[in-house]
Amino acid sequence: MTTPVPPDLEARGVTKRFGPLTALKDVHLHLRSGRFHALLGENGAGKSTLVKCIMGYYRPDGGEILLDRQPVTIRSPRDAQTFGIGMVYQQFTLIPNMTVLENLVISKARLNPVINWKEEQDQLTQFMAQMPFQVPLTALVSSLAAGEKQKVEILKQLALRNRILILDEPTSVLTPHEADEVLGHLRAMTLAQQLSVLIITHKLREVAAFADEVTVLRKGQFAGSGKVSEMKISQMAEMMVGSEITAKPKQRIENSTKTPKLLLRNIRVNDDIGVEVVRGVHLTIHEGEIVGVAGVSGNGQRELVEVLAGQRPATGGTIHVHDELYQPTRDNILRHKMFCLPEEPLQNTCVGRMSVAENLAFRNFDMEPHAVGGWLMNRPALRRSAHGLIERYNIKPPYPDTPIQSLSGGNVQRAVLARELSAEVNILVVANPCFGLDFLATEEIRLQIVAARNRGTAVLLVSEDLDEILELADRVVVMFNGQLVYETTSSGADLALIGRHMTGHST
Amino acid sequence: MPHTLNKALEPFLIIVGSLSVSMVLFGAFVAAAGANPFEVYQTMYRAAFGTSFSWQNTLIRAAPLMLTALCTALPGYLGLIIIGGEGAVVMGGLFAAIAALTIPDASPMVVLTTMALAGMAAGAIWLAIGGALRHYRAVNETISSLLLNYIAIALLNHLVTSTFRDPESLNHPSTHHIGEANMIGLIPGTDLHWGLVFGIVACILSWFLMHHTVFGFSSQIAGGNVRAAQIAGLPVGRLILIVCCVAGAAGGLAGMVEVAAIHGRANDTLNANYGYAGILVAFVARNNPLAIIPVAVLLGGIRASSGLLQRVHELPDATVLVMQGIIFLVILFSETLYGRFSRMPKQGAV
Repeated sequence: MTTPVPPDLEARGVTKRFGPLTALKDVHLHLRSGRFHALLGENGAGKSTLVKCIMGYYRPDGGEILLDRQPVTIRSPRDAQTFGIGMVYQQFTLIPNMTVLENLVISKARLNPVINWKEEQDQLTQFMAQMPFQVPLTALVSSLAAGEKQKVEILKQLALRNRILILDEPTSVLTPHEADEVLGHLRAMTLAQQLSVLIITHKLREVAAFADEVTVLRKGQFAGSGKVSEMKISQMAEMMVGSEITAKPKQRIENSTKTPKLLLRNIRVNDDIGVEVVRGVHLTIHEGEIVGVAGVSGNGQRELVEVLAGQRPATGGTIHVHDELYQPTRDNILRHKMFCLPEEPLQNTCVGRMSVAENLAFRNFDMEPHAVGGWLMNRPALRRSAHGLIERYNIKPPYPDTPIQSLSGGNVQRAVLARELSAEVNILVVANPCFGLDFLATEEIRLQIVAARNRGTAVLLVSEDLDEILELADRVVVMFNGQLVYETTSSGADLALIGRHMTGHST
Repeated sequence: MPHTLNKALEPFLIIVGSLSVSMVLFGAFVAAAGANPFEVYQTMYRAAFGTSFSWQNTLIRAAPLMLTALCTALPGYLGLIIIGGEGAVVMGGLFAAIAALTIPDASPMVVLTTMALAGMAAGAIWLAIGGALRHYRAVNETISSLLLNYIAIALLNHLVTSTFRDPESLNHPSTHHIGEANMIGLIPGTDLHWGLVFGIVACILSWFLMHHTVFGFSSQIAGGNVRAAQIAGLPVGRLILIVCCVAGAAGGLAGMVEVAAIHGRANDTLNANYGYAGILVAFVARNNPLAIIPVAVLLGGIRASSGLLQRVHELPDATVLVMQGIIFLVILFSETLYGRFSRMPKQGAV
């Protein structure tokens, strides 16, 4: 293999708009030849958008991409490959019931109609021998551990002779040990000038240990860059989350009686594939208090909320509500008035093909006046209640018989708010309530949550948006790797400290 | 609000369109078989709905279809595709006959009630197995309910050739006869047995259950979105089991009627494909129990016409099954058309 140095890649002044939303504004990134470059930022900071602009998924609205200082136009990921740029995605793209050899062969851009497996195997064996790490070619992908699969993903890009490798959170599915091994190999290849690496990550530890240079994005804008050796961890964390608190706390009444409403003790939860992702959460929430759970997504927040909502069984620990052991049965939910505003309400808490009136009644369809005698549905009463809520919460279009799936996202969220908040609520579990909503809907929904708190509701707010938490919460806890690792009041919040705990760098 | 009109009109137009397409395809088939399609359709109409005798013939066949269609339609409300109606009929008929034979000296009313309860319980358990496997073990309910049909048939064949065999049923192994006095009898003034009434009443009750009770509303939430049902605290597993039991009971009742009104014994005539035809009825009726009634009558008519088709046009007996199959395929295909013709109002601004 002849080895000229990998090309120099630069994104200059890249801007990308989606409708009215500016996802990237005048962003710079310079990946020098043979460097290990980290791209840091919170959820929604624009990291993925920037990388997708480089890979040719998106056409940027402004700015240019340069390879070896020459402007280039990359039209598609396949086009990117002709420039020697390859990408490893967050989720595996391997075919599990095929061998490593088969996976590597089918990823080729051009395949002969008849595959000469002998020849392919010889070539790949030769290629594998030159690599700093190996995976047995005959192994079935489904039998490999996550770290090995990630290696195959990387080998796949290298076998395609890509010289610039972009990795989108490559370690999120790996154990720390596997992550160190994979990143160590990549580091060695960059030191040997065989490869340039651009890695998207939240984990400051990995940046400090492996990267040469770092670029930080915040809210779609360039927030800083530099050599890792010349920067302090705290500086990077500060660039990520900003240095000043811009969110103004909502007006609140000081009414917390310090009566505990919701007690979580040592909650443990597995994800869909049986990996423990919530690992002993302890938390108490009092009357008239909003507790915000901050954290980078994927640290167990979703599963924790699902347990409280009754969508997933906990594998350990106890939930106490009003000093009683709590199971999310319909009786308990209604007796304790513990309700939920989950993210993506249409998928999580509505039946899309049922009408707005029916969806509004999910909490009380089995009670008078909606159910006569507790069993016979009274449809006219259901529609009357719906009319009232539609008017009070300004749901559009104002027709109770419209299927709820034909409403806009903001109106679906309003309908769910109307359902969960219109009656008395003791405990409210909220997860990313404003995700994907515009400014006005966001404001309105946040005001409703604070209003509920001022009426004495105990609120658990899980959000990936740190500003939202600082705006709404009385207390902030940080969730990392399935545990609550840091707690502070929002008035005394130190952003740099929160940022460090969110990225797992607590010392 | 234009879409409410569409909501009612769309399924109607698509189903009428599919039936028309099926008729064209079947017409081409009979033409290829050497018959005149227009005359064939005329004969079919005469055989199914032309005279009061043909009406009775049609309705007798429609009665079990109404009950077996519920086997598929009711679990459909919970998002399950269960095709185990055949098994429910067989188990219902078998255990109804066995129940009757265990109390030979009871009065006919007691015998018939016991038979109905035993048949419904057997059918209920049979479909509930599929529902339980789905909910608790994530086994595909379509496959398991299909395989349970074969197990039911094998169990029937085993029992009527061994433990419960009437030694006089030489070439056609059957249970003993339940006794003429215990037969279910006819609706006064007609040649129709009471099974038709059971079918119509079961469809109406099912419709009322699913559309006008708290239980039905809960089932619709669970069938529409399990996650929403969980947040509402609804017992999804219990809903699935109960609905499967109700559906299976309908199938079991159909089996009991076959024994108590027609054959007088349990034997392999129970396995007469009413269960499979019921799937077709439920699909065409889009799982709506009220729509099942006319669709079952239509399909009953098609099946009733097979004899006359054979005699008049010399078409083989199975010709009507070809038509049934064509309708099934076209209806399945038409499922992909929903939402393509109606224009939902554009998503409103926030």
